[in-house]
Amino acid sequence: MARPTLGTAVEPPGAPPRPVAAGSRRPARRRARTSRWVGWLFVAPALLVYAVFVLRPLVLTVEYSLYRWDGIGPSTWVGLDNYVKVFTDPDLVDTILNAVKLIVFFSAIPVLLGLVIASTIRRVAASRLALVARTVLFLPQVIPLVAAGIAWSWLLSSTGLVNQALSRVGLGGVTRAWLGDFSTALPAVGVIGAWVLLGLCTLLFLAGMSKIDPALYEAARIDGAGALREFFSITVASLRQEIAVSVTVTVIAALAAFDIVYISTQGGPGNATMVPGLEIYYLAFSERQVGVASALAVVLVVLVLGCVLPIQWLAKEDSP
Amino acid sequence: MIVGRREEWTGRLLLVVLMAATLVPFVSLFTTALHPSGSYPSGLDWPSHPRWGNFAAAFRTAHMGALLKSSVLIVLGVVPISLLLATMAGFALGHLRMAGRRLVFLTFVLGLTLPFEGIITPLYYQVRDMGLLNTRWAIILPLIGLFMPFSVFWMRAHFVNMPEELSEGARIDGANVWQLFWRIHVPLAMPAMSSLAILLFLWTWNQFLLAIVLVDDPAKRTMAGALGAFQGQWGTDIPLLCAGSLLILAPTLAVFLVFQRRFVAALLQGSLKG
Repeated sequence: MARPTLGTAVEPPGAPPRPVAAGSRRPARRRARTSRWVGWLFVAPALLVYAVFVLRPLVLTVEYSLYRWDGIGPSTWVGLDNYVKVFTDPDLVDTILNAVKLIVFFSAIPVLLGLVIASTIRRVAASRLALVARTVLFLPQVIPLVAAGIAWSWLLSSTGLVNQALSRVGLGGVTRAWLGDFSTALPAVGVIGAWVLLGLCTLLFLAGMSKIDPALYEAARIDGAGALREFFSITVASLRQEIAVSVTVTVIAALAAFDIVYISTQGGPGNATMVPGLEIYYLAFSERQVGVASALAVVLVVLVLGCVLPIQWLAKEDSP
Repeated sequence: MIVGRREEWTGRLLLVVLMAATLVPFVSLFTTALHPSGSYPSGLDWPSHPRWGNFAAAFRTAHMGALLKSSVLIVLGVVPISLLLATMAGFALGHLRMAGRRLVFLTFVLGLTLPFEGIITPLYYQVRDMGLLNTRWAIILPLIGLFMPFSVFWMRAHFVNMPEELSEGARIDGANVWQLFWRIHVPLAMPAMSSLAILLFLWTWNQFLLAIVLVDDPAKRTMAGALGAFQGQWGTDIPLLCAGSLLILAPTLAVFLVFQRRFVAALLQGSLKG
């Protein structure tokens, strides 16, 4: 799922070309005065819904995080105790570490692999095959993550296709229930995320590459630049914006992972694949530790911002 | 451009491998769904006697008809209201020189990266206190709020690029702001609005977290949320579960294939912008 993130300015869809100014141009000052406050009437409904269903809960999350509360009875003020627990309880610390480890699979692999794939298929990007591929590679973005989770749980199960393939090539020894094994469960969940996000990253890069002037590549060839050199100094350099965007989207997907983990492992075996999103859900709605759940939620929100803001800042800094 | 033949073929081969890797999970779901209910088929085996009846059985056991209706109702609640509110707000923030627009815009931008898990706990208690728990409004209203930052961001980007002269002309003809918005700007914003509608449809239809937290009755959830319940109930009957999964992802797949050009464009732009 392409989640919204902080933006980089891009032409909006279907922005009509600027029409030639028709008629007399008046100073915009009078116009500005009339609509200085009228605008608020237009913003008010959107702002109201946003305030009631997002901003208020956000403030309440911070408030809840300072109390011990079982969700039913009276609550007691505990100051920062819940945060201390989030950072000292080994299970909760593991939860956060798991989310960070998932970044490797959800973000690093799709972005790096996507770059390599996109630059390889760039030459055939206009072919019929590539047109079909555009549709096919988008499928994982369109289906519910829950369905992706179910399909992959089955592929990775002990009698699934992955093990079947491994046995066939003589690797029967390594077969296992990938999602049920302590050492492979988290990477297995990561593979599901990588599958979902690889297509999106590849297509983003391909779209970006179509804007690169072919003369650049030609010049590089004439100068005798190798494929590797060409890849780094032209392709990667021209795709800064797309790379920043795909890193942002995938990092958020990793840190806020919920659907895939819920369906494929429920956080198990043991705590091996527990991630903050799922832990918040369990703490708040099964274990009735609303305070700790809220503290973890605040940490998650801050963690996401802490990862995304520097990326945006770097992308802005570098853009011409 | 100098194009090496060999490079062209490597590109083609890679593309095919990539497509195969993308499609394998779907194919595996499909072949498994055709095995006898309750069996444990292995990998990619095509059954000797395909049980097409599994789809009908899954349709019945998962109450797919009711689910479809529920998902459609939720989408019909979320998408038009979000579009209207976001277009109005985007118009004011992008086109009208309204006082304090920077602050308001910044407030919306604040919500762009917010993971839903970050506010789900208080949201549950708030929705409960409003008496909306276990109704479809419990999903619709919060989703409108949660999608608002992106929607406003998207529509503002459209209106920022609209030329001043457009409004000047209408004003000289005596149109007030409301008429200006409806008669001139909304028709011109249609392409931006329809792309946004596609994205909102997709995100609503596939919404899982809000559905499982705020609505107990699977028949009032989104398709994705119901699939979670279906897995809990039928998780041991693999062929039936696979058939159910395919049925549940069929509607988005169908809509996607019909509008695929727009979809791909909207999603790419959506993530770029977003």
